[in-house]
Amino acid sequence: MAMELDVFVGNTTIMDEEVYQLWLDGYTVNDAVKVRMEGGVLEECEASADVLLSDTMDQYRTFQMCERLLHSPAKLANQLLFQIPPHRQAVLIERYYTFDDAFVREVLGKKLSKGTKKDLDDISAKTAVTLKSCRRQFDNFKRVFKVVEELKGPLVENIRQHFLLSDKLARDYAAIVFFANNRFETGKRKLQYITFQDFAFCAGQLINNWTVGAVDNMVEDMDVDLDKEFLQELKELKVLITDKDLLDQHKSLVCTALRGKTKAFNEMEANFKNLSRGLVNIAAKLTNTKDVRDFFIDLVEKFIEPCRSDRWTAADMRLYLTHYTNSAHILDTFK
Amino acid sequence: MPGKLKAKIVAGRHLPVMDRASDLTDAFVEVKFGNTTFKTDVCPKSLNPQWNSEWFKFEVDDEDLQDEPLQITVLDHDTYSANDAIGKVYIDIDPLLCSEAASVISGWFPIYDTIHGIRGEINVLVKVELFNDLNRFRQSSCGVKFFCTTSIPRCYRVAMVHGFVEELVVNEDPEYQWIDRIRTPRASNEARQRLISLMSGELQRKIGLKVLEMGGNAVVGYLQCFDLEGESGLVVRAIGTACTLDKLSSGSAPNTTTHVHPNTAPASNACNSPSKDGKEPVFGEDVLSFSGPPTPFRALPTSSSSPPPFSPSKPCSRQSSSSDTDLSLTPKTGMGSGGSAGKEAGPLKTLLRQQTQTALEQREFPFFTLTSFPLGFLVHVGGVVSARSVKLLDRIHNPDEPETRDAWWEEIRQEIKSHAKALGCHAVVGYSESTSICEEVCILSASGTASILNPRYMREGCLDIGNTDHRFEEPSPPSCGFCHIPYDELNMPFPAQLTYCHHCRRQKVPDVLFTTIDMPSEAAVSGKGCLIQARLCRLKKKAQGEVNATVISNLLPFMEYELHTQLMNKLKLRNMNALFGLQIQISVGENMLLGLASATGVYLTALPAPGGIQIAGKTPIDLSNEHHILTIQKRINDTIAKNRELYQINPPKLFALDPEVFGGINMELTEEVVGSPIPEPRQRSRLFRSHSESSDELSELDLSHGKKDAFVLEIDDTDAVEDIHSLLTDAPPPSGFYSCNTEIMPGIYNWTSAVQMFTSVRVFRLSNVNLTNQGLNKIFTDLCENLLKSFYFKLRSMIPCCLCHLNFTVAVPEDELIQVAVTAVAMTFDKDQTQERTADKPVTKGCSETEEQLQFPLELFADSSSTNTQTSSKISASSLDRCSPLPEGRSRSLRSNRSFGGGSVTVVKMTPLSFLPGTRIIKYLGIINMFFIRETTSLREEGGVSGFLHSFIAEVFAMVRAHVAALGGNAVVSYSMKECMLMENPHKNQAQCLINVSGDAVICVLETDQEPMSSTTSIGQTCTSGAT
Repeated sequence: MAMELDVFVGNTTIMDEEVYQLWLDGYTVNDAVKVRMEGGVLEECEASADVLLSDTMDQYRTFQMCERLLHSPAKLANQLLFQIPPHRQAVLIERYYTFDDAFVREVLGKKLSKGTKKDLDDISAKTAVTLKSCRRQFDNFKRVFKVVEELKGPLVENIRQHFLLSDKLARDYAAIVFFANNRFETGKRKLQYITFQDFAFCAGQLINNWTVGAVDNMVEDMDVDLDKEFLQELKELKVLITDKDLLDQHKSLVCTALRGKTKAFNEMEANFKNLSRGLVNIAAKLTNTKDVRDFFIDLVEKFIEPCRSDRWTAADMRLYLTHYTNSAHILDTFK
Repeated sequence: MPGKLKAKIVAGRHLPVMDRASDLTDAFVEVKFGNTTFKTDVCPKSLNPQWNSEWFKFEVDDEDLQDEPLQITVLDHDTYSANDAIGKVYIDIDPLLCSEAASVISGWFPIYDTIHGIRGEINVLVKVELFNDLNRFRQSSCGVKFFCTTSIPRCYRVAMVHGFVEELVVNEDPEYQWIDRIRTPRASNEARQRLISLMSGELQRKIGLKVLEMGGNAVVGYLQCFDLEGESGLVVRAIGTACTLDKLSSGSAPNTTTHVHPNTAPASNACNSPSKDGKEPVFGEDVLSFSGPPTPFRALPTSSSSPPPFSPSKPCSRQSSSSDTDLSLTPKTGMGSGGSAGKEAGPLKTLLRQQTQTALEQREFPFFTLTSFPLGFLVHVGGVVSARSVKLLDRIHNPDEPETRDAWWEEIRQEIKSHAKALGCHAVVGYSESTSICEEVCILSASGTASILNPRYMREGCLDIGNTDHRFEEPSPPSCGFCHIPYDELNMPFPAQLTYCHHCRRQKVPDVLFTTIDMPSEAAVSGKGCLIQARLCRLKKKAQGEVNATVISNLLPFMEYELHTQLMNKLKLRNMNALFGLQIQISVGENMLLGLASATGVYLTALPAPGGIQIAGKTPIDLSNEHHILTIQKRINDTIAKNRELYQINPPKLFALDPEVFGGINMELTEEVVGSPIPEPRQRSRLFRSHSESSDELSELDLSHGKKDAFVLEIDDTDAVEDIHSLLTDAPPPSGFYSCNTEIMPGIYNWTSAVQMFTSVRVFRLSNVNLTNQGLNKIFTDLCENLLKSFYFKLRSMIPCCLCHLNFTVAVPEDELIQVAVTAVAMTFDKDQTQERTADKPVTKGCSETEEQLQFPLELFADSSSTNTQTSSKISASSLDRCSPLPEGRSRSLRSNRSFGGGSVTVVKMTPLSFLPGTRIIKYLGIINMFFIRETTSLREEGGVSGFLHSFIAEVFAMVRAHVAALGGNAVVSYSMKECMLMENPHKNQAQCLINVSGDAVICVLETDQEPMSSTTSIGQTCTSGAT
């Protein structure tokens, strides 16, 4: 049909969640129609392809008009143009800010700059996420980054309040912002096996324990930057490896505690010095921005890989680190 | 100087960035009323400015208060160059002038710019202090209430219906003034918006004055329209029904109009209205003996003065009520019949007619824009009357004396009046007027339903005296009375076939009834109704002036005839016998005419069963042809059978009761067997119409198909084959969906509270240059059908659901364009309950049809009905919690959460109906009548015409909602989009659109209490019982 114009506007804005997802995923109208047809929605309701096309176009238009509001979700609640029930608003926002793990893994720790944006087509080709969707996700990261950059207070809470996101999603964004700000290198081949959620967990730990905000919660940038003083103090750990006596003392304490508790005990005992040296060296170098970026790669190379080659289990690792930390506390130097 | 208007500008939010350098805006506000302007301070560098201004006070005449809107302009301050306008808000302060409506306007309004659309919001407070003005010669009419609703508003009681009011004002259209050639589009659009706002204010004031003159205090069924006549000017006209309304105190019954009181509707079978006094004896009409003390009622029928051939010996009783005292308790409820009424029934009926006659004849036009009525108001319905006339527009020379336009309408109304008279009727209800303009040719149309009304509502004070009037009671029961013919049987205005009413069997009824009104809630129907549309395109040659007008007026009768035939055939095909809410629209374009008739078909049990459709070939010798005919005939018969099932039409077998008396009619029943070889009796038509060109010639069109039998479709040429095919191509709605264009859907009563109002517009471009009439018809039919299919698809998550008040408007905006705009509301209903009811049905039916009915203790009825009420409210309550994505926030919306401080936005429901299911309207806040223009010079960037119109419609909705919320309301009822004119020029990347919307702003509350008065449930129950 040569339809010159075709619109449908409801007093309550009608949005189909399935079409919304297709739109978010960057499908063109025609592709979306194809997907919907395959989904069997037509048989369900005795409709024709024309009807589906017209409906999809309508919805796409609505989403495009809404997109501006989704950029500052707080506006969605008190704008007058679309009458959308609150629970639907929440769904719209949450979905809009949801990202693909494959995509985020590619840009995690990269500078959210124009340069990175130019590389999105490569990322799109690599991850099979459409370019349109990549752009949306990238812009979301950048938008959240820009807004929280200038805010005081806890990072996760700021994101949650400004973008009306769920706690889970707000935490993920906090991780993305944290990684982008500190430019942690995550793209090296050796790090490929680490998932976004693994990194997000690390980010959560770092934010809670290593940032300014972890100590004082009314400082600017508090959750985004690592606490410089703390990093400086980490240098003092060097004594653990430089002082021979201390090293032996530490080792014997740890080994006493571990003995009989793990199958990998022999490897632990044999490698103690190497591992401890690796850990302390990483910690001591963190005052250097360059070394902060390499934090994860260093951890993997200097600590995780040796352990892995010795076939430690995750439980072994936890056990070892717990005692490593506890024993250090017992040492006279740290009392 | 009898009024003081006060306005305060509080704050703005989401303003657009006006200064690219700083990404901020230095906003200030100009507040203008009449010729006075105030300004706020500039709020520098903020997109969310807080002005918190002083109160700006305007001391003005109340005449100006009615005419002028308050005009608020938001500007960006610029030190070096002229200040840039951000946008405007026009606030109609009329609702503040009426003590019963809103007292303050306060809220966030979208700031609207005709080029950029909505640009942020502004929070405004407006109040009015009115001084009493006792000047008899005043020009203002403050305090007269206006309602778009075409029935008596829900929280009012009608004391008197005064009748028809009309007015029109004309002006030059600013768009066509020379100054516009040097004005910016923005200035020109704003001049137009402001002018129309002024003109409609003036129009409303003038109509108000007429109402005051008549002694009324309100206008119901107010219908205002614009005619953009282009070069020749701008006409704003309005019609309405003047009434005297009394506000019901909030504690009392919300509506006497819809609630059928047992006293008033004793005749509807098994009436189990759950009213407080439900214990009173209620008699079915087929009662042969009374359980109460014998009264003289039984003898009454003999003295009835119905038309001569009426059989006096028929042992059927008339409606009656055993207790007189109750009538005095509820004098206003209408049709109670008193003890002494019977014997005088004959002479009284004549008297009634005479009185009504005089009461109505005093009026120039006994027209009523109402489409549904208080019980007992409508006595008989004759049929649809309509008139059209083709006029050539010329420049309006003196805007102060719009005589030509007045004379044109006067002429048409006279015609309507004479048609009504020919049908033996003294009044026209469901009356409406419309125009279609193309270049300098204008078709004026008017239509309505000829009827006989009860004069009680038209005489002063009669309602309060009460008891004296119930004697003028028509002896016909309300469930079928309106179907009884008002005209003289021996002197019929058109060939018609009459039978005795299948309901009361006392008076004659036609076999098909067409009306423009809503179905009376007390009418007895079988099954459900459905939307029936007839669609037609006719090509015409391009022509100019007089020649063009002649061509058009020559085409009109043929179009009407064909539309009518289509309607009739489609009605038969659906096994129905009556049409309600009939609207026939004929739109004129350069090279074609479009006709669209929409109505809701139902099966009225009072009317005879519709016959089938017979196919006949012209040349019966041809054997292959014969076979072809048989196939088509079979398809038609199958469709009819399928439809009967689909719409659940199971008319009661009335005649089984007394085969001897009704033997004659029984015969007819057998004849009506589908596909019977005997052609059906002749069709007659209720449509009476005429056409006149600029001359005064009247030509009455007899649509009764001459000597041919209407139900016989002859296949003598390809046209006929096409017709039959098109007849069969109308797809029924998918399961779970129903559709109608009236207020309520016959057969569905258990509405849940989810509503979704929508507007949809489609424009089709005819690409093919050599189109035939058939080709065009097909395109037009597909366009309408596809629209409907689209709705069903989009609203599929609301199933089970009914699309109500489907209002189609067609236009030919340009040479090769067909535009169809639809506004309707989708409402959900409870399926389980439907089933429960259908399960109940046979029982109820059984008792209504036999004498057993009497053995039902009446208390039982009352009891069962009250339990029904409870279950139904329980179900609707539980459905409130059910989470469906589409419907508007329900309970949330009704707890009017008015927070102006920037919190969440009040949910405002909108509906084209006069009510919202599951809620009770507690206050009418005033009429909403808004006119907007939107223009763009970057059509592509806005997503083409679709994107442009989509956002414009969304903006219009937003502005309507904002105004309602600012008045303190949470819903708009009787909403309609009267105009949607789209002009586009894709080559220049430009488009312009004009939209006019109207409705009634109301506050409604959830019907939480289980009072039997709860309007929707009680309607449901009375109707269900009536439907058996």
